[in-house]
Amino acid sequence: MSAVRADYIRPLDIKHGRVDLSHGSGGRAMAQLVEQLFAAAFDNPWLAQRNDQALLPQPEGRIVIATDSHVVSPLFFPGGDIGCLSVHGTVNDVAMSGARPLWLAAAFILEEGFPLADLKRIVDSMAAAAREAGVPIVTGDTKVVEAGKGDGVFITTTGVGVVPPGIEISGDRARPGDSIIVSGTVGDHGMAVMSQRESLAFGTDLRSDTAALHGLVAAMIDAVPEVRALRDPTRGGLATTLNEIAAQSGVGMLIEEDAVPVQRQVAAACEFLGLDPLYVANEGKLVAIVPPEWAERLLQAMHAHPLGHQAARIGVVTADRHHFVQMHTRFGGKRIVDWLAGDQLPRIC
Amino acid sequence: MKYIDEFRDGALARKLAAAIVAEAEPGRRYHLMEFCGGHTHAISRYGITDLLPPSVRMIHGPGCPVCVLPIGRVDLAIGLALQQRVILATYGDCLRVPASNGLSLLKAKARGGDVRMVYSPADALTLAQAHPEREVVFFAIGFETTTPPTALVIKQAARLGLANFSVVCNHVLTPAAITNILESPEVRQLGTLALDGFIGPAHVSTIIGSQPYEFFAEEYHKPVVIAGFEPLDVMQAILMLVRQINQGRAEVENEFTRAVSREGNVKAQALVSEVFELRRTFEWRGLGQVPYSALRIRDAFATFDAERRFSLETRSVADNKACECGAILRGVKQPRDCKAFGTLCTPENPIGSCMVSSEGACAAYYSYGRFRETPGVAAPI
Amino acid sequence: MCLAIPVRVVELLGEAAAVVDLDGIRKEISVALLDGVSVGDYVIMHVGYALARLDPDEAERTLALFAAAIAEQST
Repeated sequence: MSAVRADYIRPLDIKHGRVDLSHGSGGRAMAQLVEQLFAAAFDNPWLAQRNDQALLPQPEGRIVIATDSHVVSPLFFPGGDIGCLSVHGTVNDVAMSGARPLWLAAAFILEEGFPLADLKRIVDSMAAAAREAGVPIVTGDTKVVEAGKGDGVFITTTGVGVVPPGIEISGDRARPGDSIIVSGTVGDHGMAVMSQRESLAFGTDLRSDTAALHGLVAAMIDAVPEVRALRDPTRGGLATTLNEIAAQSGVGMLIEEDAVPVQRQVAAACEFLGLDPLYVANEGKLVAIVPPEWAERLLQAMHAHPLGHQAARIGVVTADRHHFVQMHTRFGGKRIVDWLAGDQLPRIC
Repeated sequence: MKYIDEFRDGALARKLAAAIVAEAEPGRRYHLMEFCGGHTHAISRYGITDLLPPSVRMIHGPGCPVCVLPIGRVDLAIGLALQQRVILATYGDCLRVPASNGLSLLKAKARGGDVRMVYSPADALTLAQAHPEREVVFFAIGFETTTPPTALVIKQAARLGLANFSVVCNHVLTPAAITNILESPEVRQLGTLALDGFIGPAHVSTIIGSQPYEFFAEEYHKPVVIAGFEPLDVMQAILMLVRQINQGRAEVENEFTRAVSREGNVKAQALVSEVFELRRTFEWRGLGQVPYSALRIRDAFATFDAERRFSLETRSVADNKACECGAILRGVKQPRDCKAFGTLCTPENPIGSCMVSSEGACAAYYSYGRFRETPGVAAPI
Repeated sequence: MCLAIPVRVVELLGEAAAVVDLDGIRKEISVALLDGVSVGDYVIMHVGYALARLDPDEAERTLALFAAAIAEQST
């Protein structure tokens, strides 16, 4: 749909070209980049209009908006890249309210010198993820910063969705007695990314679990509209998400270590580096809090969906004025699963 | 995971716990020091305290190389990064240790210091080879487990004739620390610290063997059981100590026979002797000056000794007045006894190194066990 | 105080190096601190170096020791 205009000075050299400052200056070079790279990949009527904004129809229902910035390093990792991650991440944030995601906006900060071939790879990946999710990227922005002032590329995505009537899902709705359910194995994404980091690299089949979860969410609330809270445990892992919800809702939690699904390779990789899988990032999993009488039905609905087939009930919400998340260890003792101080760091001691 | 999961079996744990309860004599208390920070971490992480009878009390010892690292030594590393502008290679454990002027290695990185986290000393060597135009300094810490790899790397640097690589050596010795505790006034004269036995470190012992502990058993009449790293190992070792104490024995027993022999790894010991020699004295955070407790690089490898290469002088920096890390490291106080614990001093804002290192007594207690203070929650301690 | 784990040697490389495996995670490490390491051996690994061999017979014996402690207690 995008043809090179006769008065362009030179065609975009995807193979060998690099981002330079002119690509962010608002002039012809930037227009060429937008048309030949971004719009060509994302390919929808809104972008084809070439406005700085997208005019959208009035959606039916309560509107949800969410935004996320993506600064992951390395940009490409087993199972994904910053591109699809930026689509999945925001689609998921919108979906965690029970909303159906409708549209995405994407802003790029490119570093001078960034290879166009890599940019195309990322943009194509975003386009595929958006297509697969059924959520178009309808508007965007591009800026270029000087070499050394950016990590190749930063992407910020904003998503808009609508919540069906009768659905009230929020992190402050957990109540003592509620069941805590996780949709699958934890720690996959973080360990897959870590396996690529210089000096920590290890050989593995591990792939990021990055995925758009709105289909799973739709199936879940269709079966059990009484779901109280949903959240996707990204940075900081499952432990951080549970602590967030506990604090928001003013409750405590008690989980069973044995019940938390962890892939063998993830457990082994964590052993190597002295990390705890409960704190390792996920990009395709969610936590659900549901009244206990609906837990079984919710699990059935999740098991029937490809992204929820390993869903498991891992614990119960408790009354606790300290808002501690506690855990019965596999060993038979009890410990807190605390907030992290900072990023978990690999250790030797 | 083979040789890991079997030693974490919960059903076996409960039965071992019952055995400990059965053997602990009524009316008798057992004060056992687990020397090694890795054991402290295991006890907290697996909730072993919950499985022990109240008469068995675990005292946390100073076997955490990050915790005993004096502020002045971290300052050396920070100075190298910020002033001499070297590439400073360090293990992840050291990054957040609070040093002077409100700095840490992580904060120095934020200020432009080229601080790089490595998993292995070999990675530091690789950095030196990759950046011949820069000075690369490896900040080496650790007890006897971690020393042989540093020795190998220095030898390799010599073989390769590297002109831009050096090491700040903070390697410390286990037997010296145990002596220091046993000779401390609280144990020796005042009797304020009751100490009935030791759980000996797992991996240090794979290198030094079980032989060095025989001195402590004979001289101070305290039993030592070397325990593997897994929670079942720790519980079995506690059972063996309880038995020794009941029977009035003071011997060195080895629970970690699958990896520890009496003589240890002789090849590794020889390598260490070749590259390092004893420092006459070395400051340990919390213990003060301890004689013959640490290593420095021999003259033959002087060119790889960052302290000589950069003419570094270590300043002795006093701890924050509120910090009780010293007493905690010596087993004299518990984290709860420190006024700063959980208020001024938390994992987010650590004042002392007991809180920074995840195996420090304070961090372990804060992160895994502070719920035990909660009124209404049963506190078996 | 030292994070060290038992891993299985799956390949010997030149220059005192080996590839080890733990449940599908592979890493290249140094075996320079040990003599005569063979494929199939279990070693204790710390900061990328094999420190000691793990003796499978002793491991079995230790597990049996746990069971014995329990049996003794119930008599």
